[in-house]
Amino acid sequence: MNISPDSIIYWEWGPIKLNATIVYTWVVMALLVFIVWLATRKLSIGTSNMTRWQNLLEAIISIIRKQIREITNQDPEAYLSFIGTLFLFISLANLLALVPGYQPPTGSLYTTAALALCVFFSVPYFGIKKQGVKNYLRHYIKPVVFMLPFNIIGELSRTLALSVRLFGNIMSGSMIVAILVSIAPLLVPIIMQLLGLLIGQIQAYIFAVLATVYIASATRASHEKADKNNHKEE
Amino acid sequence: MEAIGQISILTAGITIALGSIGPAIGEGLALARALAAIAQQPDEANTITRTLFVGMAMVESTAIYCFVISIILIFANPFWNHVIQ
Repeated sequence: MNISPDSIIYWEWGPIKLNATIVYTWVVMALLVFIVWLATRKLSIGTSNMTRWQNLLEAIISIIRKQIREITNQDPEAYLSFIGTLFLFISLANLLALVPGYQPPTGSLYTTAALALCVFFSVPYFGIKKQGVKNYLRHYIKPVVFMLPFNIIGELSRTLALSVRLFGNIMSGSMIVAILVSIAPLLVPIIMQLLGLLIGQIQAYIFAVLATVYIASATRASHEKADKNNHKEE
Repeated sequence: MEAIGQISILTAGITIALGSIGPAIGEGLALARALAAIAQQPDEANTITRTLFVGMAMVESTAIYCFVISIILIFANPFWNHVIQ
């Protein structure tokens, strides 16, 4: 039994190995790009002659935008592309588990570690962009200088948790189905597969929300200060 | 040499058994509190549900660490190769 799609190798040339993780990541990327190309071919303004694809994408984007605004209390436009990409990629990668023979790339620790590293580096990026290097670095010595190592460890451990959470959930889902197929192949695996679909969507949502929360925690300080000043002026 | 396999399987069982008790209790308590809160303030259901999901994911991650460790012990045990060589 394979515990991750990394061990399924389709093509090998010297040190370069093309395993199932890479192949299905490309499939998901190609599918996302294709759907978006299909939807943005005939864009229109107004509701009268909108295509169904455009309607779908606009609904998804407006929901993501609303969620980001509720969590960060800021203009969602700056974070929309990053958070939206994370959510759509993980969501589609987990949703395609319905297709027979497909191995979710999120069931490999390499994919999830890469996604978590993106979040890890985006936090200082957005933080510095929003409030400058000095103010961002001041976060680490809050509330006292003594807390510096704990803040750094916290930043590292939450990245680890982010990657292992997604990997563990998806891997356990596909593994439970694989075990059930060998024990009770009729009907029983379908129920677990349905549960796996639900878990996959929830994990995609949680990954995106946690990324937003982390980014918000790095960008919020100046916002709160501005809020206070506004209140004083009022 | 066989002792490694026996101890690994036993440890994997104990890991997932003990590791799932704590998060299960914690998630149950969190869900109960969230339901009570939604019953009191149905208007705030969206915020409460979102916070509940995020909090549950946090709580659940300890259980998933235990699961991953037990899976590693059974399927990808780092001590096997050491013993075989």
